[in-house]
Amino acid sequence: MTVMRTVWNGAADPKAAAGTGAPALVGRPMPRVEDGALLTGVARYADDLPAKPGTLHAAILRSPHAHAEILGVDTAAALAVPGVAAVVTGTDAQRVASPFLVGVRAPMEHWCLAVDRVRHVGEPVAVVLADSRYQAEDALDRIAVRYRPLPPVTSIVQALDPASEPLHPALGSNLVNSRSFRYGDPEAAFARADRSVSVEVEFPRNSCTPMECFVVLADHDAAEDAYEVLSNFSGPFAVHPVMARALKVPGSRLRLKTPPHSGGSFGNKQAVFPYIVLMAVCARVAGRPVKWVEDRLEHLMAATSATARRMRIDAAVEADGRVLALRMEQTEDCGAYLRAPEPASLYRNHGNLTGAYDIPNLAVTNRIVVTNKTPTGLNRGFGGGQLYYGLERLMNRVAVELGLDPLDVIRRNLVAAEAMPYRTASGGSLDSGDYPATLEEAVRDGALDALKARRDARRAEGRLYGIGYAAVVEPSISNMGYITTVLTAEERRKAGPKNGAQATASVAVDPTGGVSVHVSSAPQGQGHRTVLAQVVADVFGLRFEDVRVNTDLDTGKDAWSIASGNYSSRFAGAVAGAAQVAATRLRDRMAALVAGSLNSRPEEVRFAGGKVFAAGNPDNALSFSRVAAAGHWAPGTLPDGREAALRETAFWTPEPLKAPTDADYINSSACYGFIFDFCGVEIDRDTGAVRIDRYVTMHDAGRLLNPLLVEGQILGGFAHAVGAALYEEYAYGDDGRFLSGTFADYLVPTACEVPVPVILHRESPSPVTPLGAKGVGEGNCMSTPACLANAVADALGGPVPSLPLTPAKIAALIHPPEPPRPAGPAGAVAAPAPSASGGRGLSGEGSREVPAPPEQVWAILLDPKELAALLPGCEALDRAGPDAYRAEVVVGIGPVRGRYTAEVALSDLDPPRSLTLSGSGSSALGTGRGTGHVTLERTAGGTRVTYRYSAEVGGKVAAVGGRMLDSASRLLIGQFFEKLVARAGGAPAPAERPGLLARLLRFLGLNR
Amino acid sequence: MPPLKSAATPVASVLAADARHTVTVVLNGTPRTGQAHPRLLLSDFLRHELGAHGTRVGCEHGVCGACTVRIDGVAQRACLTLAVQADGRRIDTVEGLSQSNQGPTEGRMTALQEAFRRHHALQCGFCTAGILMSLSDYLGRNPKPTEEELRDMLSGHLCRCTGYAGIVRAVMDVTGQAAACDTRSGEAAHV
Ligand code: FES
Ligand code: FES
Repeated sequence: MTVMRTVWNGAADPKAAAGTGAPALVGRPMPRVEDGALLTGVARYADDLPAKPGTLHAAILRSPHAHAEILGVDTAAALAVPGVAAVVTGTDAQRVASPFLVGVRAPMEHWCLAVDRVRHVGEPVAVVLADSRYQAEDALDRIAVRYRPLPPVTSIVQALDPASEPLHPALGSNLVNSRSFRYGDPEAAFARADRSVSVEVEFPRNSCTPMECFVVLADHDAAEDAYEVLSNFSGPFAVHPVMARALKVPGSRLRLKTPPHSGGSFGNKQAVFPYIVLMAVCARVAGRPVKWVEDRLEHLMAATSATARRMRIDAAVEADGRVLALRMEQTEDCGAYLRAPEPASLYRNHGNLTGAYDIPNLAVTNRIVVTNKTPTGLNRGFGGGQLYYGLERLMNRVAVELGLDPLDVIRRNLVAAEAMPYRTASGGSLDSGDYPATLEEAVRDGALDALKARRDARRAEGRLYGIGYAAVVEPSISNMGYITTVLTAEERRKAGPKNGAQATASVAVDPTGGVSVHVSSAPQGQGHRTVLAQVVADVFGLRFEDVRVNTDLDTGKDAWSIASGNYSSRFAGAVAGAAQVAATRLRDRMAALVAGSLNSRPEEVRFAGGKVFAAGNPDNALSFSRVAAAGHWAPGTLPDGREAALRETAFWTPEPLKAPTDADYINSSACYGFIFDFCGVEIDRDTGAVRIDRYVTMHDAGRLLNPLLVEGQILGGFAHAVGAALYEEYAYGDDGRFLSGTFADYLVPTACEVPVPVILHRESPSPVTPLGAKGVGEGNCMSTPACLANAVADALGGPVPSLPLTPAKIAALIHPPEPPRPAGPAGAVAAPAPSASGGRGLSGEGSREVPAPPEQVWAILLDPKELAALLPGCEALDRAGPDAYRAEVVVGIGPVRGRYTAEVALSDLDPPRSLTLSGSGSSALGTGRGTGHVTLERTAGGTRVTYRYSAEVGGKVAAVGGRMLDSASRLLIGQFFEKLVARAGGAPAPAERPGLLARLLRFLGLNR
Repeated sequence: MPPLKSAATPVASVLAADARHTVTVVLNGTPRTGQAHPRLLLSDFLRHELGAHGTRVGCEHGVCGACTVRIDGVAQRACLTLAVQADGRRIDTVEGLSQSNQGPTEGRMTALQEAFRRHHALQCGFCTAGILMSLSDYLGRNPKPTEEELRDMLSGHLCRCTGYAGIVRAVMDVTGQAAACDTRSGEAAHV
């Protein structure tokens, strides 16, 4: 049962409806106004909007290296490709732009195009602008970039090592910032506590990957030096000044528009901003409008990521499980650059570091490091998944180590209802709720007892079954000042105060009496238009369909501010609240104007059922449209000195959001919802797969404006959390190669992996927001990974591996290591093995019988012309020295085809018995390196050629073709020897195997 | 790129790679003609040559399902099909499911579309067209799928917004069945 303890309606809430008894729309599960256009295909996303005539299409050349110096970029051949209008490089960026502002004082330059160094795989190096995207991509292959690889930094541990190669040499180390905080008296608490309990955890990189990728259309008006951009940017618009600064124009000369529909964001579309600047630069350089649509490979490889975090927490605990103090060490991997608004991920939860618990003493050390990985940014749950993974694993450990029930440990530490509003150790203000009662309600209505019985029954059958819990507070409406907690009080004083979370809404009436609403919330599919129509219709006593809501944003025309946008779950509390404030102001002004003609006082004027009337005389009513339109048609008859009531714009900021104090207390969010989750999981003993048997999630998100949409937010957040907990990871090799470049490698859960949770509610209205609502969309991304991991720990009765909890990792814990594999038969190819340097390592061996004497085979192998014919995809082979060649090779693996310039060398020559063939190559698609050892053995029928090879592939090919590399390399090597056999006069090669694509399609079940 | 077996007529190797070729399809019942290089994807042809934007592109490597259209009735990935392979074929896209282009969508959507709205089976809507096209083919062949069968079929589509629950509920509803579990049920949620 959905349990709603608080029943709301307009009549009960003096602030919502006009007090008429008409059923309020707010609080009802209204289906969405957005859906008609989306379901019928007429909705327009950014890529569907018309581009200006003459628009050039952009394709981006990206770094195949994790870390390298750029020695030179030669664009001449690319410029000669038909249809290419311009090629833009870092030199152009230096000419017309400046580096992005960084949120901490640190000498690190981040340009929209790499200037002299690349710092992660996928970093933009050059842009081709052509008449079509297809042509632009063709030309990418023709850009020659010379790199000098540098040692990569690919883990937090490595970044903390002072000996690691600094990404930003002026910084001197990869530790960008470190701050310590102390609240209460943690040392004394640790001294007096019965004992201390610790956890060390690491949260991986992952991302919510919206189904629509980034889109930018940019144009430059040379006469006014002004930029106009359309992009599916999601905000926060605090990034607008960052973009304008990078383009060296005032904000008024960067007009940014958002499309009517956007295909999801979950925070990620904040990270389109460097590309907005990049495409604006391109439009300026080319003198023509430019359009860029990110593809999925680009998105996965280089768009953005959640931060990886290493965390150690020590708790000072009493024997009964009461936690007296926490000591936290958090180290955040922000990737190659500290890109705005980072290091926000680390500070977003600073006011609620102690979660839902009453823990008065806290010591914190926060470190921020850079690594050779994609820069991080907003991602659903933003810092909360990381924090609570550590905190809730810790609470679980406290129970295990003290021999207590984990639920009792949670109970013993929850903030009490009487303590609300509760001030946390670090300065947060938990605004409302009864956490203990909410937990007990969930235990009862979610049937925890039945779940425990189920666990016992399963265990009695010898199965691995566990129950996990998590209790968290879900912050919403971020304080724009929290990020400055990373600065010292002194630095903050110099920079000037930052605080608040201003939301903007405009409400207008038109000459026909229609009501329109505009907000700067940049929705990405959540249904803002629906909720705002509910809110505003209630204020005016109108029908839902009488209010039309526009959420496109145009910074050149609409009201907005730096807090505008779609992030930090700010819509329900802040934006819907601002719309209610604006509508109420407009209604009150109309009431004042019409009161005279109704023989009434303004406060007695009522708006209901499409009519306006005096409370005491409902029969003498005017139609709303008539009252509303009068201001347009007859301003001359307004009472003296009064303005018509045509439009109101409200700027609303939550009162409790102040700047950090000198002692670093910060209320980092306006509202805090409460979540309590529990779940049962079963682990397959054979495969190690985790199956979620039952999941119960209880939310107190304040007042629910539209329960249908609230449920949708919870289900969506839960699905993301299941992915993060069990499947998803942006994987990198030790050398920084990116290994998750397709949706076949980065595993997004499907309908078969996401169960339906039981959702329970309680509603404790927030005293802070106009409508009493709090955010709800991110909570499960914070609670669910920890809850599932706690359940897995319970099932395994011991430690859990790091996220994601994949079958392989869990199976490795359940099963003893397997005995080494027996040597395979000749011709077998070993499975891809992790290479020494961590890239995609491949190795294998095999042998073939060739009907020619060893001397003849030897001669073929040593003849450059013959070798050129043997190498698969070889288009040209030139001698580069004794027994060394330079080859142009075109190789396709899965969906990517690449032109490689390869250096091939023959060594260890022992004619005609053995030789070593080694090669390395690089291209826009990545790098490859390999050696093959070939021996020739005389046999009755000719020669037995035996080969053993090992190879490593990196860059795009490794990222997208990972699953296919093994078979692809087998295929290529097979081709080499088939040709050798044919050259040596053997039988023709057997019929070719089906192509890779055909096999992939068959694998996917698409090739009927 | 080898010809896809899914297209009945293999692409003739006689097509010149750098020339544009005339491609005619019957798009949602109306013959439409455009020009396509042999390598142009059907998804790009529909969206940018014919202006049929209702078909979305989410990955261009065949995994996400956003681009699913019906080719001669069969649901297929438009991003794994070349425009020239579609020449002479019937292509049905989301725009053709209802008469939506002739006026307000109210009352003109199919029962399935209506059920999607009722059950909040979409948020950003980017995956929705592909899912509807797959379902329109699938439900024709399997009018009363079990929830397990349905989820199995849906696993060919990625949705990042909904967690799939609303989609499953909508389909179970429109096929006259109750979904085995919903968020209100106290019953265990099994997958
Ligand atoms: S776009 Fe075709 S399957 Fe993803
Ligand atoms: S509704 Fe957004 S991806 Fe499915």
